[in-house]
Amino acid sequence: MADTVSDPLPPQGGGGRRTALFTPLKPVAPALRTTLGIACFVLFFLGWGIATYGGFVKPLFLASPGDSLKAGWALFTEFGFAEDIGVTVWRVLAGFALAALVAVPLGILMGAFKPVEAFFEAFVSFARYLPASAFIPLLILWAGVGEMQKILVIFIGSVFQLVIMVTVIVSGTRTDLVEAAYTLGAKRDGVVRRVLLPASAPQIFEALRLVLGWAWTYVIVAELVGASRGIGHMIIDAQRFLDTGQMIFGIFVIGVIGLVTDLAFRTLNARLFPWAKGR
Amino acid sequence: MSKLSIRGVEKTFPGRPGSSGATAATRALEPTSLEVADNDFITILGPSGCGKSTLLRIVAGLETPSAGEVRLDGQPVHGPGPDRGMVFQSYTLFPWLSVRDNVCFGLRERGVPRAEQLAVADRFLAQVGLKGFENHYPAQLSGGMQQRTALARALANDPKMLLLDEPFGALDHQTREVMQELLLGIWEQHRKTVMFVTHDIDEAIFMASRVVVMSARPGRIKCDVPIELPHPRSYKVKTTPEFAAYKEQLTEEIRVETIKTLSMEA
Repeated sequence: MADTVSDPLPPQGGGGRRTALFTPLKPVAPALRTTLGIACFVLFFLGWGIATYGGFVKPLFLASPGDSLKAGWALFTEFGFAEDIGVTVWRVLAGFALAALVAVPLGILMGAFKPVEAFFEAFVSFARYLPASAFIPLLILWAGVGEMQKILVIFIGSVFQLVIMVTVIVSGTRTDLVEAAYTLGAKRDGVVRRVLLPASAPQIFEALRLVLGWAWTYVIVAELVGASRGIGHMIIDAQRFLDTGQMIFGIFVIGVIGLVTDLAFRTLNARLFPWAKGR
Repeated sequence: MSKLSIRGVEKTFPGRPGSSGATAATRALEPTSLEVADNDFITILGPSGCGKSTLLRIVAGLETPSAGEVRLDGQPVHGPGPDRGMVFQSYTLFPWLSVRDNVCFGLRERGVPRAEQLAVADRFLAQVGLKGFENHYPAQLSGGMQQRTALARALANDPKMLLLDEPFGALDHQTREVMQELLLGIWEQHRKTVMFVTHDIDEAIFMASRVVVMSARPGRIKCDVPIELPHPRSYKVKTTPEFAAYKEQLTEEIRVETIKTLSMEA
């Protein structure tokens, strides 16, 4: 069993505790892990505080943590920022869901069936390098400045990346598992549905988590141009009034939402695929 | 009539063209013929790289022979199928399925009703001594337990033949010996036709009714030794003079081939 395997021994003699802590690949205790993670945030805020409260940076360029928080409070109470957040989250989820709906089945087909891969691979690799933001002018022409345009930017930015990732994951399924399935009487359909799919599912889920992170970059880019609502639009508005506090708070909110969805994905992954733990 | 008939089967792996990384075609298996009777337990013994696994994989239908044909019960083999259950050297349990669902896999693919699947699975799991582990995932099992599950999974399909490709090769010596006894016990009870590939001489003699020795690459059958040790065999047979005599004979046969392989590599 995996947990009975002992950790690699730290090198003997000299150094003491610190050497033991910094042995390559040696895991740290969960409590220490959490503490270190929080410490990084604390240090970040400390540095920010010193730079701003200490007068090293002008408030025009960088608002202090307190001012940013105050600006955030005002955003929620006076400017209806909650609605902006809701709009942005909806756009991200819609664009991401649309991309996943196309990319996951196509990636599975490409991974499983090599002629399909041969047909799509070159095109998808080409399309993957087209910057989604470069499509914004065209998309405005095609879809106006409404919701569809924002969603399409996210879709274009995510779908090709996701197709490639899913293809690679499915192609990498262990061949001995596939062979075992054949010797047990599985046919083509059974191999795809009951071997390739479950074998790839945890990694596909992981790819979705990564791509959702990228979708957040695209939505803000889309909202910087021709939007009347959303977090990106708020940030552009704040720039007009040189309100760095609001800008920083807006960026922060995105980070927090990212952190929460990431955590949700990880939890869901562990819940859905308990067998893949520690792989 | 023999159960399994291998006629003039040969295998050449094509070379790779190209200016820098070009390789010549590799002849893995010389034209090979072998008849296996019903209820036979054949072990294929040979040094590594002698094509014994290739031969087994051709019988399984996982490789196509370059020439010749394989017939099972008179029917030509064209691809893998549930009539030839296989246990691999690598651990091939489906990691996302519980032990019980792994054993049910083949039955499910054939559309057997769930209740019957479970009854069959539990029967074979009990037989390989895994009662109480039905709901474990493969990652929670030791290597020996995983291979026992793989054996139960192959047996649950009620195949005409059991093909085993060094299934105990990755296990430690003691576990391996117990596994041999377990497999032999199952064979003595079910009398399936078995083809078992190994490079371990003791293992080959202990379980077999016939040991087929293969030569160094390109592989071909060098000799065919019937093992006339009484059944049921216990592990104690390994210390008898009869066993030692077989071991001496086969050690000589294999030694020559191993030296040939080594000199080829040099």
